[in-house]
Amino acid sequence: MAMKYNWDWSILLCRSPEADPTGAVEPGTPGSGATEFGGGMGQTFDTGAECAQPYFDWIVSGLSWTVIVACAAWVITFSLGSVIGVSRTVENKTVRAIATAYVEMFRNVPLLLQMFIWFFVVPELLPEDAGRWLKRELPLPEYWTAIVCLGMYHASRTAEQVRAGIESIPRGQTHAGLAMGLTRTQVYRHVLLPVSYRIIIPPLTSDFMGIFKNSSVALTIGVMELTAQSRQIAEYTFNIFEVFTAATVLYMMVTLIVVTIMRFVEAKVRIPGTIALGGD
Amino acid sequence: MIEIDNVSKWYGDFQVLNDCSTGVGKGEVVVVCGPSGSGKSTLIKCVNGLEPFQEGKITVDGVSVGDKSTNLPRLRSQIGMLFQNFELFPHMTALENICLAQTKVLDRSPDEAEERGMKLLERVDLVEHAHKHPAQLSGGQQQRVAIARALAMDPIAMLFDEPTSALDPEMINEVLDVMVELAHEGMTMIVVTHEMGFARKVANRVVFMDEGSIIEDADKEEFFGTPRSDRAQLFLSKILEH
Repeated sequence: MAMKYNWDWSILLCRSPEADPTGAVEPGTPGSGATEFGGGMGQTFDTGAECAQPYFDWIVSGLSWTVIVACAAWVITFSLGSVIGVSRTVENKTVRAIATAYVEMFRNVPLLLQMFIWFFVVPELLPEDAGRWLKRELPLPEYWTAIVCLGMYHASRTAEQVRAGIESIPRGQTHAGLAMGLTRTQVYRHVLLPVSYRIIIPPLTSDFMGIFKNSSVALTIGVMELTAQSRQIAEYTFNIFEVFTAATVLYMMVTLIVVTIMRFVEAKVRIPGTIALGGD
Repeated sequence: MIEIDNVSKWYGDFQVLNDCSTGVGKGEVVVVCGPSGSGKSTLIKCVNGLEPFQEGKITVDGVSVGDKSTNLPRLRSQIGMLFQNFELFPHMTALENICLAQTKVLDRSPDEAEERGMKLLERVDLVEHAHKHPAQLSGGQQQRVAIARALAMDPIAMLFDEPTSALDPEMINEVLDVMVELAHEGMTMIVVTHEMGFARKVANRVVFMDEGSIIEDADKEEFFGTPRSDRAQLFLSKILEH
């Protein structure tokens, strides 16, 4: 049974009847919708003329927040994940145990729950001043929370990849480094990490893409990223097909860009004489 | 120069080294042989502290290896080591491999390290391969780069852990030739190998190990002439037959 649906892409160019819901513009500011109603003498009473922005702008705003949140989270993921991953391979048992505990904790709890814990529970657990600062004074608290939460969640996965990369390098390499007088830290810095990062570029790529996709979970704490904006437009217009199709295509474009960049990086750092994807 | 006194080592309950004692004088070449799993590699890895041992004492140039206060990186930088699988660092060129420890451990300037590296590459006849990565070199070439890398640290002694075992037959000699040259120049060497031709040519002494123990520790002539133990005789008859 085929469903009959009239696709209407022009909806994305229509103006919304209400103010910009990105949260970026504070209510009451000149130029933000309703307050201007009747003020602009030159305006006609065309469709939704009372609003400054077409829905398309909502999508662009959502997309940029998705990119900002995901990229910022990735910085945390990469640095923290590397530290934890390396910690899982060192000789010191305490350090190893802490790193393992981190990985198990953040990997085994659903991301959605972690998002809620960071947003609703953590500020209450902190000392009163810090909690109040988080809740009241920090601008855009939900965005910061989402970045930290996503970053720390994905760090547990990156840590596993870093660990696997290091462990895949034969012990002889470490022995060779130590035998020439390098310290263990130097062996990590000059031998193990440069090689293992190259090895784990493919899984790192899918994890980086995962951050972009998982950033949509942040809508549950009020981050107006791409999925949240799409849902909002859908609620305003009921043109669910156009809106979610647009979001789907945009997510795919973003992840494709990520893949392309990572392929380029992979080819760039490829070790001569070995084979890697994207190489010549 | 290297003294190994009553060294024993266990992996859990399994004893890999059993009361091993031997020594290597300055400029001496000692070949360690024996069947697989007899503890040869483990023994020489104890010499530069890559493997810890539970009992006994090893001193290199008067410094006790097992001592907690010993600066192991410093000690190791004075002992060159060669491995069965070469263990060149794959992401660096031959020259970068040779320069790494020179700059990071000996604090030589990059120019100085490079100059020394090129000289050593010339010595092992690989100058034109200086800027190639290990994966672009043959096994024999890689092992010669590894020798140059070890020599760059101006070692007072060198350890060889089956340096030719992973090589194609036609490449064994290019590596052995360099080792023979080193021996003739008076380098102190411990060589774990099955190459009895090499042992005959340059060894001062041969140590025969089996099941973690040193069974025979004799001058070369004596070892190849009349090894005292049945086990060593059996081993020799097997590997010298062909």
